[in-house]
Amino acid sequence: MTDLTLSRESAGAAGPLQWALLALAIAALLAAPFVVYPIFLMKILCFALFACAFNLLLGYTGLLSFGHATFFGGAAYFAAHAVKVWHWPPEAGILLGVAGAAVLGLVMGFFAIRRQGIYFAMITLALAQMFYFFCVQAPFTHGEDGIQGVPRGELLGFISLHEPLNMYYFVVAVFLIGVFAVWRIVNSPFGMILRSIRENEGRAVSLGYSVANYKLAAFVMSAALAGLAGALKAIVFQFATLTDVTWQMSGEVILMTLLGGIGTMIGPIVGATLVVALQNTLATSGFPVTIATGLIFMACVLVFRRGIVGEILARLPERHSKQ
Amino acid sequence: MTMVFGIPIQAFLGQLLVGLINGSFYAMLSLGLAIIFGMLRIINFAHGAQYMLGAFVGYLLLATAGIGYWPALILVPLIVGLIGVVIERLAISRLYNLDPLYGLLFTFGLALVLEGVFRYYYGVSGRPYATPPLLSGGTNLGFMFLPNYRGWVVVASLVVCLGTWLAIEKTKFGSYLRAATENPSLVQAFGVNVPLLLTLTYGIGSGLAGLAGIMAAPVYQVSPLMGSDLIIIVFAVVVVGGMGSILGAIVTGYILGLAEGLTKVFYPEASSTVVFVIMALVLLVRPAGLFGKDA
Repeated sequence: MTDLTLSRESAGAAGPLQWALLALAIAALLAAPFVVYPIFLMKILCFALFACAFNLLLGYTGLLSFGHATFFGGAAYFAAHAVKVWHWPPEAGILLGVAGAAVLGLVMGFFAIRRQGIYFAMITLALAQMFYFFCVQAPFTHGEDGIQGVPRGELLGFISLHEPLNMYYFVVAVFLIGVFAVWRIVNSPFGMILRSIRENEGRAVSLGYSVANYKLAAFVMSAALAGLAGALKAIVFQFATLTDVTWQMSGEVILMTLLGGIGTMIGPIVGATLVVALQNTLATSGFPVTIATGLIFMACVLVFRRGIVGEILARLPERHSKQ
Repeated sequence: MTMVFGIPIQAFLGQLLVGLINGSFYAMLSLGLAIIFGMLRIINFAHGAQYMLGAFVGYLLLATAGIGYWPALILVPLIVGLIGVVIERLAISRLYNLDPLYGLLFTFGLALVLEGVFRYYYGVSGRPYATPPLLSGGTNLGFMFLPNYRGWVVVASLVVCLGTWLAIEKTKFGSYLRAATENPSLVQAFGVNVPLLLTLTYGIGSGLAGLAGIMAAPVYQVSPLMGSDLIIIVFAVVVVGGMGSILGAIVTGYILGLAEGLTKVFYPEASSTVVFVIMALVLLVRPAGLFGKDA
């Protein structure tokens, strides 16, 4: 029943052209901070990783989570608290964020996979709202103020992340690891089973797969990777606030994925770049971001459901469809 | 002073009344969601925004044209319903053949736009809407003091909910609706204009949200954000009740409102999350929801 991913699959067997493009993209990433403001780039990379993690669930398992802000914002709180209050090194703080997000994902996934389709979306939204209220009341999040002035610290004890370029290259490394993890998961036998669940859940069950376990595993992986993005963002921007756990944030990551292309590897990255750039532009223009976000949502659903990358792939010559 | 479980009975009943009021709005909104979902197979994320729109239309009618509460009670649902009809014709009707998730995403975008527009022009602070003179003041029931308007909200929402339920169960139009919910193509083959039925259903559902909005205006303040907080709770209500049954949606709305009120008495810290906790428990015990038939 799911026609969420209209685009043809492009992941998998990568030809020489893909490798060349990938090398070019990485080279561009490494050179970018000399041309563009690094903080802006790091924001894009954090959100791009977040969107890729989300796409693992929506694009490759067919589950629409409306609660991913819980993992993003939750991990940001965990990492910020560990680094600031417990004086953990940044890498340990980020790992704690990832672990915390995975646990939250396990709990939320456990409840949410009991229902399908739109019910799944509503349950994740409701549980995320519950986590939001928890964050409003819990003392360690400091309510409306959030955790501020988080030190970036020294990576592995000797690389100062206060140095902008060090921070930037660390973010690039984490981003690449995260995206590679998504790519690996999607193209593994496990990923193939996830896709079969997306295409036809009933048939996957009849083939003997315990669909619930696979869904839960995908949910936890997606949550952990979203947590990686959130924890990284907390270290980069040196704060964690309630904004990152609101339902608006869950909506934002859906928008990035939808705009770029659900179920494509680079779609979410493109989408995140565009959305973050748009928000930056609008911030100075006075036009409300909410309205722009809503309009893009409506336009995407009505006019180009494949997203930007999905539309481009669909127009490319047949090369993609064989594999 | 009489005590209930170590709590003054006045405070106890007061919170129960607040719960009942909240429950009235949960019931009206989940009813509209269930009607729309039953026919259109779309979850109307904009339902909260339409509720907010109802309150604002009432507020603007009063502020600009001097039209008071009672005429607004008729006009607001019509206006909001009409806007719903236009939206269904222009956009939502194009989404019926797609995965239902697209309907959710579209109406989510719509909700953001509506909320954003009102936020842009009116800011986030709430605006008071005066209680109509006929219902100002209160009545001493002997055991507690009941503000008249709140009593009216409870009664009126019960009438609206039961009236809608009866209209769906007992009238000819309702039978068309139920038939088209079961098997749209067959009903179409009998010569019923199903696309028109879908449009009307979305209009009626939106109108109900608008009605709830104008009724809520004197209780809560009129604010652009009033809908988005509510809609998530209503989603939880809908998950608990299961959307298979109209009556189930209504009953669940009232029960969860009361549960929230009771929690405020005994453990105030959890009052904002109790609905979600109940949802999680129901999912454990009965994943299809209390009144749900679908898995």
